[in-house]
Order: sequence, then C-alpha cells, then structure tokens
Amino acid sequence: MAISFVVNGKSQSVDVAPDTPLLWVLRDTLGMVGTKFGCGKALCGACTVHLNGMAIRSCQTPVGSVAGQKVTTVEGLNNNNVQKAWVALDVPQCGYCQPGQMMSASALLAANRNPSDADIDAAMSGNICRCGTYPRIRAAIKAAAKMA
Amino acid sequence: MTNITNQTRRDFIKTSAVAGGGLALGFYLPGSVSNVQAAEAAMPNSWVRITPDNTVTILVARSEMGQGVATSMPLLVAEELEVDFTKVKIEFAPPGEVYINSLLGGQLTGGSTSVRDAWEKLRKAGASARLMLVAAAAAQWGVPAAQCSASMGVITGPGGKKLTYGQVAAAAATQEVPKDVPLKPVSQFKLVGKATQKRVDTPAKVRGDSMFGIDTRLPGMLYAAVAMSPVIGGKVASYDDTRAKAMPGVRAVVQYSRGVAVVADSYWQAKKAKDLLEVEWDGGANAGLSMGKLWAGLRTASKQPGAVFRESGDADGALAGATKTITSTYQLPFLSHSPMEPQNTTAHVTADKALIITPTQFQQLIPHVVGGATGLKPEQVEVRTTYLGGGFGRRVEVDYAIDAAEISKLAGNVPVKMIWSREDDMTHDSYRPAGLFTLTAGLDANNKPVAVRFHSTSPSISARLFPSIVKDGIDPFAVEGIDNFPYAVPNLKFTYQMHDTGVTVGYWRAVSHNLNAVALECFVDELAHAAGKDPLQYRLDNVSLGQEKHKWSGLSAGVAVGQRMKVVLEQVRQKSGWDTPLPKGRGRGVAVMEGYNSVIAMVVEVTASANFDVSVDRVVAVVDAGPLIHPDQALAQMQGTINFGQSACMYGEITVKNGAVEQGNFDQYRVVRMNESPKSIEVHFLPFAEGQPPGGLGEPGTAVVQPAIANAIFAATGKRLHRLPFTPEHIRSA
Ligand code: FES
Ligand code: FES
Repeated sequence: MAISFVVNGKSQSVDVAPDTPLLWVLRDTLGMVGTKFGCGKALCGACTVHLNGMAIRSCQTPVGSVAGQKVTTVEGLNNNNVQKAWVALDVPQCGYCQPGQMMSASALLAANRNPSDADIDAAMSGNICRCGTYPRIRAAIKAAAKMA
Repeated sequence: MTNITNQTRRDFIKTSAVAGGGLALGFYLPGSVSNVQAAEAAMPNSWVRITPDNTVTILVARSEMGQGVATSMPLLVAEELEVDFTKVKIEFAPPGEVYINSLLGGQLTGGSTSVRDAWEKLRKAGASARLMLVAAAAAQWGVPAAQCSASMGVITGPGGKKLTYGQVAAAAATQEVPKDVPLKPVSQFKLVGKATQKRVDTPAKVRGDSMFGIDTRLPGMLYAAVAMSPVIGGKVASYDDTRAKAMPGVRAVVQYSRGVAVVADSYWQAKKAKDLLEVEWDGGANAGLSMGKLWAGLRTASKQPGAVFRESGDADGALAGATKTITSTYQLPFLSHSPMEPQNTTAHVTADKALIITPTQFQQLIPHVVGGATGLKPEQVEVRTTYLGGGFGRRVEVDYAIDAAEISKLAGNVPVKMIWSREDDMTHDSYRPAGLFTLTAGLDANNKPVAVRFHSTSPSISARLFPSIVKDGIDPFAVEGIDNFPYAVPNLKFTYQMHDTGVTVGYWRAVSHNLNAVALECFVDELAHAAGKDPLQYRLDNVSLGQEKHKWSGLSAGVAVGQRMKVVLEQVRQKSGWDTPLPKGRGRGVAVMEGYNSVIAMVVEVTASANFDVSVDRVVAVVDAGPLIHPDQALAQMQGTINFGQSACMYGEITVKNGAVEQGNFDQYRVVRMNESPKSIEVHFLPFAEGQPPGGLGEPGTAVVQPAIANAIFAATGKRLHRLPFTPEHIRSA
C-alpha cells in the first residue's frame, strides 16, 4: 500500500513497509541522501528533519506515521539564513552531522527569533558533532538570528 | 609499508600528457613502498591537470575527513601555479605511488602530516607546472622565458602578448621539467596563510549534497546489513537464516570471513532480516575476557622491566639517593573513535575487477587487501575515496572495505553497499589502547627533580598494523608524547612494556600523546604542588633549554623545543589571566606539549559542583605551529581537538565483558554535546619565523586539553586524578 506525504513541497508516494523509518525512505527510496544516519536510536540528531515545521529524528519515525504530512529536509532549506550563516562561518568540518544541525537550528530560529545560549543548548544538545564544531554552530545560530 | 620515521628522499618529477592534450605533473617517489603498482601506473597521476579549455584541476591525495585538506593542499599548489583559486576544480586522487606521504611511507592520511609533507612538495609541483607553462609560451613567442610572467592562469609576454594556460598546456607537457624550482618567500604569499580563505567544500556540505561513502549509489545496487561476532575476534560457528530469508526484499544471506550478511533491496529490509538471523558464535580466545582480568593482566605485565627508550644519567641511583620520591600511576581506558558516519563501503566485485567506493584514510592499501580477499590482482581493484564523515584514525583500518568486497562477491558479484549500524561500529572498532603509566620522581632537598622514571604498560598498535617498525620491544607510536620529555632533569629512564590484552587497538587521534603526555602533564602538576610552586611557573622553571635530540620522535620536532615552550607558557599565562583568582568551586589548570612539531600550551577553567559534576567553561590555547596554510581551519582544528579531548577525558571509556564490548551507542559511550562544549575557546597562534616549517594541528590539541582539565579539577576540588575518565565517581573516589 503506497504511503503519500509531501517532501520539500513535492508530493511523494512510496510503496514500502509502513514501519520503515522515514530516514531510510528519504535516503534509499527517494534518493535524498542529505539526511544522515548516525545512531538509529534518536541519540545523535544526524537524521533530523522537520515534520510540519517541527524538528524530529527521522530514524525513529515510521514512514506510516507521516502519511499526508509535510516533511522538510536539508535539500528543502532553500539557502535559508541558517545555511547562509553556516557558509559565512565555515561551520562544517567533516560535515556529516551538519544537515541535522542545520535542521535543528532552523527549527529553533523559526520558534525563537533571538535564542540565548541556554536556548541554543536546549535545542541543539540532541545533535552530536564528533568533529567539535560546537563553537561555530553557536556563533552561526546567533549570526543567522541577526539576519532575520 | 616500512617507512614511518622521517626520511628524506629525492623527489623525482615526471610529466605526462593528459588525455586530450594538456599538462599533468606529479612527483614520483621511487622505492618508497614495495608493494604498489609499477612505476608506469604512477604516470597518469598528477597534482595538477590543465586542459585546453583552461580547466585547472588540482588533485588532493589525502582524505578529507574534516581537517580541511581539500582546501589547504590545493592552496599550496595554487600559490605557485598562479591561478584563480575560486575557479580551480578539486578532485580526490586515486591510489598511486606518486601520492605517498613521505612522513608516513604510504598514501595514508594521519599523523597530522598532510600539510607538513605537502608544504614544499606541493608548492614545488605548482611552481614546476608554472615554469613549464611559461617556457612553452616563451617558445611559442620566440622570447626568453625571463621576459614572461604568469598570473591568474594567463602568461604575459613582451609587448603585452597573452596566452592562457589552456592554450599552452599541451606544449608545456613536452617541456623539460625544471630542476631547481625557486619558491616564493612567505611574505609574498597571496593565497596561503590568509585569514579570509574559505573551505572549498563548505557550500556542498551545507546544501547537503557532498557525497560521503554512505551516500554512494550504483545502478542495480543492493544493501547489506551484517551480523558480526559480539566477542572480539570471534567467528561464526553456525547460523540459521530461515526466518531472515523469508523477509521481503532479501536477495541473499551469505557467510563472509567475520560474519553473516543479509543482502536486500533496501537497507531497512536488510537490517530487519539481519535481526532475525540466528547465529551461534565461537568466541575463541577472548570469550572469557572481562575488565578485572584485563587490568590484572596489565598490572602483572607492568612488573616487567620493559624496553628502555630514553635514558640519561643514572635514574635508579639518583632515585635511591633522593631526599623524597613521588610516584603516581595513571590508568587510562580504551576509547572508541566513533566518527559520525558509521563504517560502510560500496563494492562491486566481478570475475576480473573490483570497484571499491569507500571513506578511507588508507586508499593505497585497499587494492592489496581486497585483491587478496577476492582473488584479484591489486591492479584490478579500483578505489574511489569519498568524503569521510570523520576519521580520527578509524579509517586507517581497511577491514570494512574487505568485508564489503567479500559480500559483493559471495552475493553473486552484485554491487552492494554495506552499512554498519552504530552498534556494529562501536563494538568493532580498533580502540585507543588502555594502559598503566607510572611516573616516579626523585626530589632533592629543595624539591627540585633530580631523576624521573617513566614506565608504561599498554598494547602496541603497530605490532598488529605495521610490525616491521616495532623493534626490540619498542613501538615508536607507543612512546610518542614522552620520548620528547621536555623538562631539564639530569637522570632519566623511560621504559615501555608491550602487553596485548586481546582487545584490538588502533591509532586514535594523537595516538599515544593521549596516553603518555596526559600522564606526564598530570604528574608535573603533582611535582609543582609538592614543591609548593605555581604549576605554570614550575613548568617555566623546569623546561629544558638544551638541544637534546629525540631518538623515537617520528612525527615530532625531533629535538628539544624548550624555548618555544617557554614562549607559549608565558603567553598563555597572560592571555588566560592565570594570576587572577577564581571563586570557590572553580579552578584553572595548565598543560603544555610538543607534538607533530606544534607546541601548545593550554589553560582550562572548570566549575565543579559539590557532587563533582564538572563543567569545562573556558579553554585558552597558545599555539606555535609555524606557518598556517589555512588559518581559519587551523583554528577549527584546535576547536575540534579540544572538544574531542574533552569527550575522551570526561566521558570516554570502552569496557569488555565476556569478550564483548559493552558500549554500543552514544547513550553508553558519551561524547561532548553542545551544552557541555566550553562556552569560550580562545586560540592564539604565534607568529613564526621565515623558514620555520608548519607543525601538524589535526591531533595534538586532543592530548593537551586532557591534563589541563585534570589539573583544573584538582585546583577546583583538591582531588588528584589518576584514573580516566573524570566521572563524578572517579573524582569522588580519588
Ligand atoms: S540517526 Fe537518528 S538520531 Fe542518530
Ligand atoms: S562536522 Fe564532523 S561530525 Fe560534525
């Protein structure tokens, strides 16, 4: 049975088992590999996407549960202020965690135009960066907030 | 691969025509690796490729794992080539003898050597290409080359005549390779060392479309999920795949050398079916291994005398005659690399060739090991290096590439992407060795150290990976960070006792600096305390200003760098406000180290709660790393290594029970998160002298921050820490 939902503004219909995590549907079925696999247990944030604007971990989200809803991935950020700030500050090192970081940061800024350090800690602590780009992520979120 | 220590070789430059006409130029380093392709195979390799349409491609022969080599290495070529860097195309090089890292003796990314190795080599490559392009233009115009100049990919001759690089590329390929290539002085650099330089790979990484290994897709590709022995080194005894095979999408279940793989149409189908495999494992020798036994083994081994790797004076005699002796043993655990991208490889093995697409730090080895595993010749194996989602030394290992190749072949020569789960990755790592590190100092009546005895007991990494470099009981990589002991003490005796625990060990960012230098810089603090001295001043007072050469210094400066140490210590005192008091519950610690020819001093400020929860608030680093090729990314490496070292010493510990690693994911193996990363990291790079070579920065900060944190915790709590990580339990019981 096909499951339909909207990804980055485009309707998609996939024929996979409904318990398949959204992460693998995005990556394998739809070929959108910007969303990353890091832990598979909602521990690292690499797979973060937006579901109706909220940051969620796609590795723990069965695709069946997003039927009819709106998903946004890094491919759909459309060079938003977060991405602009990420480029301006050369945030990524290996870059693997960064799609997830930017999705969390974009959701934070959508809800909070001027986040404090504590707000940033609260919103971003689910996203691990093994390369240790945290100082730049923090600075880039503040820079993106100023662009708004 | 036998050459690990510094070794100078004559660089041979060879040129060859690029298909379609153009200039390719590379260095050929003969005889450095015995088992690579014949010299001819190196011919099409190059650092620079210029085609008639003016496309300039610079090849990067190191793996981009975040450290910025895809930018820094091309910058060095472009600086002398005189091209528009914003238009240069960057490509990752295939394996080739031409790309061997002279500091490591293999085409290997590690040891913080990339820019150190490239510093002259790549500027010469760029300059040679430019001289040949100019010579070709001069010949075409019939004027002396000295009357021509090159800038932004255009050669200008007398009277303002112009030819582009593309127009003369084909002719340049036939020019003689210049012998002596003069290089610009640092003061004339236009690209190298500029603060505004951006990374070339950032835009794609921010769009989410840079291709990591795990993102590889081949036509007709299937996916593999694997079951590997929970016990380290265990094997499949038997398995039942009835339930797995009945699952949708499953194409094959195969037993390969170290496990059972399920191959399916999608990863999730493969993984779900893999979970239904019933495998009986034969744990082998490690089946009964647990931490109590393992530490007891290390303690017993530590009673052995070990191999002497540094000795001066008569340490045993001086200790016997000392007024007072101080001894501490530091116990450091196994650590996992856990890069964010779990290990994976896409392989397509057929009857007469193999394609391996993989995030690797050691592409040169893969044709040999994959060839060996699949019955192909190395030259039948094509390796493509992708972006690496972190490396930290884990991807010097080629195990996962072999696994994927075997699975592709066994599943019927189909293209397969094998993806490890986080648990597969964390439990099948090559871990930072655990070990015991005992330091004993003899003090005279004025509390001045007259003798230091160092004795370490830990597994050797090189004994498994590069046994030929282990001689007389000494693994050069096991003594780094202490062989270059920087303090002036007349009587020294340093020994290393190799001891295999059964746990696979591997090179982990900064390798044994993370063991030896951590123990040493904790111990120096204890000596300062015993002498009633300020720990920073104590280091200044005791740094050796001699010219000792270090026998085992491999990737280090090789000679005492006391004067440089004094400068970084004095600067860090000033920049950190060392002499201003902190409120109760907070503390400041210092550490200093030379590693990879970078000299780094750090001051760390921590806050400790009554329950010994510690937060790392501020880190101030002063770094003497010589010329910085890409200053903003030198800063990024310092920021990154500080966080990486903090993860290690605050949380990192891998343990085994019944031969199996107990930590499977980030809930059990904690790493620093945003809320724990220091709110302030200040890094000050020192100016450098003309002629000073660059130091490596991808690793050393990892080792410096750990003892600085330990010493800060002592300042805050009065607890002297001898056991890592610095968890509240370990601090409480200290
Ligand atoms: S992969 Fe989903 S949180 Fe780590
Ligand atoms: S940039 Fe490498 S894990 Fe974050």
